Amino acid sequence: MSRFSKTLITLAILASAGSASGDGKYAGVGRGALPAEIHAWDIDVRPDFKGLRPGSGSVAQGEETWEAKCTSCHGSFGESNEVHTPLIGGTTKDDIKTGHVLSLVKGDAPQRTAIMKVATVSTLFDYINRAMPLTAPKSLSNDEVYGLLAYLLNQAEIVPADFVLTDRNIAEAQARMPNRNGMNTDHGLWPGTSAARGGIGNGGKPDTKNTACMSNCKTEVKVASLLPVYAESAHGNLVEQNRSVGPVRGKDTSGKTPVAPAAASENAAATRLATDSGCMACHGVANKIVGPGYNEVAARYKGQADADAKLAAKIKAGGQGVWGNIPMPPHAQLKDESIRSLVKWILSGAKAQ
Amino acid sequence: MADQPTQRGRVRPAPEHFLTEADITAVKEGRRDFLRKALISASAAMAAPDLARAVDGDPNILTLPPWTTSLGQPVAARPYGLPSQYEKGLQRRESPGLTRLPQVSVSFAPLQGLFGIITPSGLHFERHHQGWSDIDPSKHRLMVHGTDDGFVKQPKVYTVDDILRLPPVSRMHFIECGANTGMEWGNVAVPTVQYSHGMLSCSEFTGVPLRLILEDCGVDWKKAKYILAEGADGSSMTRTIPIELVQSDEVLVAYGQNGEMLRPENGYPLRLVVPGVQGVSWVKWLRRIEVGDKPWATKDEAIHYIDLLPDGQHRQYTSTQECKSVITTPSGGQILLDKGFYNISGLAWSGRGKIKRVDVSTDGGINWRPARIEGPTLSKCLTRFNIDWVWDGKPAILQSRAMDETGYVQPGYGQLRAVRGTKSIYHNNAIQSWKVVDSGEVSNVQVL
Repeated sequence: MSRFSKTLITLAILASAGSASGDGKYAGVGRGALPAEIHAWDIDVRPDFKGLRPGSGSVAQGEETWEAKCTSCHGSFGESNEVHTPLIGGTTKDDIKTGHVLSLVKGDAPQRTAIMKVATVSTLFDYINRAMPLTAPKSLSNDEVYGLLAYLLNQAEIVPADFVLTDRNIAEAQARMPNRNGMNTDHGLWPGTSAARGGIGNGGKPDTKNTACMSNCKTEVKVASLLPVYAESAHGNLVEQNRSVGPVRGKDTSGKTPVAPAAASENAAATRLATDSGCMACHGVANKIVGPGYNEVAARYKGQADADAKLAAKIKAGGQGVWGNIPMPPHAQLKDESIRSLVKWILSGAKAQ
Repeated sequence: MADQPTQRGRVRPAPEHFLTEADITAVKEGRRDFLRKALISASAAMAAPDLARAVDGDPNILTLPPWTTSLGQPVAARPYGLPSQYEKGLQRRESPGLTRLPQVSVSFAPLQGLFGIITPSGLHFERHHQGWSDIDPSKHRLMVHGTDDGFVKQPKVYTVDDILRLPPVSRMHFIECGANTGMEWGNVAVPTVQYSHGMLSCSEFTGVPLRLILEDCGVDWKKAKYILAEGADGSSMTRTIPIELVQSDEVLVAYGQNGEMLRPENGYPLRLVVPGVQGVSWVKWLRRIEVGDKPWATKDEAIHYIDLLPDGQHRQYTSTQECKSVITTPSGGQILLDKGFYNISGLAWSGRGKIKRVDVSTDGGINWRPARIEGPTLSKCLTRFNIDWVWDGKPAILQSRAMDETGYVQPGYGQLRAVRGTKSIYHNNAIQSWKVVDSGEVSNVQVL
C-alpha cells in the first residue's frame, strides 16, 4: 500500500514535470515516461539486434523448456502440424549455404514452415519473448528465450547440439539462416519513402496494368475455376446467412428437404447453444477439431452412471489430459441449466434436430 | 412469366427457406408452377393458411397484424438497441477449417446484406492474434519513446483520460485485412462474399492524429524514419509504419468508432488507424509507439503478411491495399427470386486515395457499363456503387472493376497471377466474378 502511494506521488511529480516537456502546447496532458517503465515495455529486437538484452541459453536448456512449455502445441521437434503450421522442416544444408530455401523456388513444399520463411533470427527471438507460450505470454525468462531459440535453430541444423546461444554470437546464427536472402522489398506496396531515397520499395509503382476497356474487351469468357461442390455446403446453410426479405435469398445448402418451421426441438436448441457458446469451434459433431468430436465423447462415456456430472464439471471448469495435451478452457459464463442441456445433447448423440 | 403480376405488393409470398433442389428444378421447368408450390408451402407454414382469401387480396393487408392492433413495447425496453429478430442471418462468421484455434482466427463481416458504406460496429470483421480482452481503460497506458535518445525529446506516458483531452478528428476509412480474398489466390474456395471479401469493414473513427502526439513528445522529424506500434494483448502485436504516413496526419490514435467507443474486439480503448494500409498495421489495444530509423521485421512482417512470389522470394513490408471492388448483391450463394429488374450493388475502395469510377459487366467482362457512385467518395474509404440490371433469366457473369484517383485499374485474375503466381495469400485485389444460372442461383467463379 505504501509503495502504491509512493508511486502515486512520483507520478504526480512527473505529471507536473511532464507537462512542461515537448512543445508545451497541451499543458497537463501526459507525463514523462520513467526509465523503468520504458525498460518494462520496450522489449522489441530489431534485425541488427538493437534491443536485444544480454543473456544465454544452450540447446540442452532449451530442450528442457521446450518439452515443458512448447511440445503440446508445436510437437517435440517443432514439426507438429496439429495446432499450428510446423515451425521446423523443409530446409536443407544447402539452403543454409545459399540463404535461399530451394523448395520455395521449386514450389514443391507441402506447406511453408516458419523456418522456411523467416529471414531474420531477431524475429524469432522477439516473437517468442513477447508472445509465447500462447496461454502465458511474457512468462519466459530472457535466458529461457535464448535457450528455446538455440533449440529451434538446432532442430533446423543451423547450430550444433552443443551450441550456447548468446547476444554475442547470435549474428553467427543469422549468417546461417536458410532463407536469409529470401526477402524482396522491390514492390509498390510500401506507403513510405522508396528504397531509392533511403526507405523501402519502389515508391508505390503498381505491378499490374489493367485498362478500363468498355466494349468488346475480349472474344471469349474463360472461366478458370468454379466453386467445388463440397465447398458449397462447407460454410453452413447459406439460406440462414442471408436476409429473409429483399430481391434475393440465400441458397439452401443444408442438403435436407425443408420442413415447415415448427417449435425448435430440444436438439435444435442445444445445437444452437453449442454453436453460440463457441463449442463448435473446437468440437465437431462427428469429428475431432481441436478437441474430441461429440461422437467420441458420447462413446467414451456410454453407460457410465456419473457421465452427466463428470462432463458438466469438465465443461464448467475446463480440463486437460483425457483427450491429449491441449487443454479445454473453463466455461464459467455458461449457466448450469445450459450445461445440463449441452451434456444431455452430447451424450444422446448430438443430433441437429 | 409475362402473365405474372410483377409490381410490388403482388400476391406472391416470398419462398424463404423453401428453395429446395426440387424447387429449383421446378423453376427451371416453369416458374408459375414453382411459385404456386412455394405459395402453398409458405401458407402451410403459417398458423392460419387461407388460400381462398389470398385470391381476394394479400392477407397481410386484409387481416390487420398484431402490431397494428395492439400496444407495442415501451421505450428503453432494450437500453442498448439490437437488430430485429428477423435480421439474425447477418452475423460475422468464421470460415470452417481456415484456422485451428478460435483465439488465433478471423471472423468475416456479412457483406452480402449490408447497405451503404458504414459497417455496424457489431458486424465489423475480427482478426485476433492471441485472443481479445475487454481492457479496463483506467489501467490502460500509451507510451511514446524513441529507439535511442534523440528521436523524441521527452518520452511520455498518456492515460486514456489524456488522449481524450486532446483535439480529435473524425474520419471515415475502410480497413481490410491483407489476407482478405487470400483463400481464392489459387482457385475458387468459398461460397459467398462474406468469406471471399468479408475481412473488410468501414467506420467513422474518432481519435487524435499521431503526429500531434509525437510532436507533444518533441519528435525529431529529421531523424525519425519509422514507428513501431505495439498492442497490449497477449501477442503484443507489432508493426512497422513509415513516418511519412504519420507526418501526413492520416494516422490516428483512435478511441471512437461510429459515434461510440471502439468495441473490445476492435481494440478498446485505443487502436491505431492507418488509412489505406492493411488491417494488421491498425494495431489494436495500442499501448506503445517507438520512434526509430530502421524497420523491425516483426513476426507479422517477417513470417506472416509476406507475399510469396513464383520465384520463391517473399515480398516483405507489403502494406498498401490496392484498388479493389466487389459486387455484394447479387453475390455467391444467393438466388434471384424472379426475372426482371435488379439493382446490382457493391463496394469499391483503394488504399491510394479516392475511387474515381466503377464499371460493371454482366457478360463476364466482354462489355462494361459505368456504375452510379452513391454517397460520399472519400479517400481510403469504402464507396458504394449501384447499377440497374434487368435479368432476362439467362446465364450471366457479374463483375465489377474499380479505378482509383491515381488511374490504377483493378486487375483481372489472369493479370494478377501473371505477376504474383497463386501462392501469395496476401493482397489479392482481383476482379471478382459471380455466375448467375437460369434457375437464378448465383455462385463464385473465377474468370481470367
